[in-house]
Amino acid sequence: MSTATTTALQASLIELIRVTSTVLPRDVVTAVAAGKKQETAGTNAAYALDVIDCNIGLAKTTSQPLCQDTGSILVYVHTPVGYDQITFEETFIEAVKEATVKGYLRQNSVDSITGKNSGNNIGPGAPDFHFHQWREDHVEVKLMLKGGGCENVGATYTLPNAKFGGRDLKGVENAILDCVLQAQGQGCGPGILGVGIGGDRVSGMACAKEQLLRTLDDTNDDPVLSELEQRIINKANQSGIGPMGFGGKTTLMGCKIGKRNRVPASFFVSISYMCWAFRRQGITLAADGNTTKWLY
Amino acid sequence: MAVISLTTPITEAQIRTLKVGDTVEITGRLYTGRDAVHHRLHHGEKPPVDLAGHIIYHCGPVMVKDRDKWLCKGAGPTTSSREEPYQWEVMRDHGIRGVIGKGGMGPKTLEGCVKYGCVYLHAIGGAAQVAAQKITRVDGVDWMDLGSPEAIWHLWVEKFPCIVTMDSHGNSLHKQVFEASAAALEKLKA
Ligand code: SF4
Repeated sequence: MSTATTTALQASLIELIRVTSTVLPRDVVTAVAAGKKQETAGTNAAYALDVIDCNIGLAKTTSQPLCQDTGSILVYVHTPVGYDQITFEETFIEAVKEATVKGYLRQNSVDSITGKNSGNNIGPGAPDFHFHQWREDHVEVKLMLKGGGCENVGATYTLPNAKFGGRDLKGVENAILDCVLQAQGQGCGPGILGVGIGGDRVSGMACAKEQLLRTLDDTNDDPVLSELEQRIINKANQSGIGPMGFGGKTTLMGCKIGKRNRVPASFFVSISYMCWAFRRQGITLAADGNTTKWLY
Repeated sequence: MAVISLTTPITEAQIRTLKVGDTVEITGRLYTGRDAVHHRLHHGEKPPVDLAGHIIYHCGPVMVKDRDKWLCKGAGPTTSSREEPYQWEVMRDHGIRGVIGKGGMGPKTLEGCVKYGCVYLHAIGGAAQVAAQKITRVDGVDWMDLGSPEAIWHLWVEKFPCIVTMDSHGNSLHKQVFEASAAALEKLKA
C-alpha cells in the first residue's frame, strides 16, 4: 500500500468509528420509533423510550458517543484476493488510537490480570478482527461497538436440558426465552438477539454475533429460522419485561438466528444480547482507501 | 404521568412518600461513587463530603478539563449490582437518601431502603448524552487518586430523569417484573 493510500484509509476508518459511535443505524432508529408507538403514553416504558430517542438525537447533533461505554471493537472485513491485510490491520489500529484521543471511543481496554488500562483501546484481542476473502474487487469493512452491560447477559445453553427440552426447535426456543428472562433490563433493553444454533463454543458464539450484522428488517433465507425469529420476538414482547426492565411491550426489537453444523455429541445455543445502543456501521472502500458507500 | 420534582438534600419524610414506578426529576447536588468509593467507605474511611440527605450516583463520567474547569462529556449510569454487598452500610452510616444506577439491586439494599429511609432510582441506561445535558455544572472532585471514573465527582444537575424502582416500603419493581415475566413466559413455553 502506498503512503497516500494508507493516509486516506486511516481517515476513512476514523470517520467510520466516529459515525458508529455517535449515530445509530437507520434500521435501529426505526425500531425504537416503532417501540415508542407501541407503548402507552404516561408509562415508564414510554418515558424510557422518550429519553432514549432524545439521546439518539443529542449524540448525533453533538457528535458525542451515544453511550459512554463504547464497548469492544468488533471488525468484520471482506477483502479481494491478494489484499494487504497486515497493513489494513496496522492502519485500523492507528485509527482506533486517534479516535480514542478525539473522544469517539472511551479508554476501554483493560489487562485481564493486572487491571491496567492500555489507554488507547489496543491490546491482546483488541480490536477483534475477522478477515474473510471474497471474489469482489473491493474491500468492505463492518464495525460493531458492543458494550459490556449487554455482553454480560449473553449466554450459551447446552441441550438437552431438563428445564428447556431436547435437541429440537422447542428446546432452542425455550433456551432463548430463558436468556431474555434472565437478562431482564440489565442489558439496557429493548434488546436485539443474535443467536447461533450449533457449532462449538467458539464458532456458535461467533455465528451469533455475525447475525447482528443483519439489518433488523431483513428476512432470514431459511424459512424455519425465520419463523423461529418471529416467534421469539412475539413471545418476548408478551413477557412484560419492557424497556430497561420497567415493564412494557417492547422487550426485543429484533432476533436474528443462524446455524452451524455441530458434532453429534454437542448441541449449543449461543446467544449474544445487544443493547438498544446498537452501534453498527459499515463502508466499502475504493482502491485508493477512500469510502465509496455507507452500508447501514 | 405526574413527574415528581426532588431537590437535594432530601428529607426522610419526602423519601417515604415515594413509591415504586414514580417518575422523578432531580435538581441539586449529586455525588458519583462506584466500586472503589464503596470499597473505601466499607473499610471505614471517612467520606470527604457530608453525604447526609444526598444521593450517590453509580457512574463513571467522561470528564475533560477546559483550562481550570471540568466539563462532563457523558455520564450514564453503570450497573449497580456490584455495590450490593456495601450499599446498605453506606445508607446506615452516612445518611444517604438515594442511589441512582441501572439494573436494580438485591435484597440487602432493599432492606436498607426500608430500615434507613432510602430509595433506588433507575436512570435510563445508555443515555449518556441526556444525562450529560442535565449536568449543568461540575463543582469539584475528591479521591482523584482512584482515577477519574472512580473518583467522587460533585455534579450539579437540573431535572435529572429517573424512575423509582425500589422504595422504602419494601417494594422492588425488579422483583415484580421478574416474577410476572417468568409466569408469562412459562405459559408461552413451547
Ligand atoms: S449495555 Fe449498551 S447502552 Fe447499556 S451501558 Fe452498556 S453499552 Fe451502554
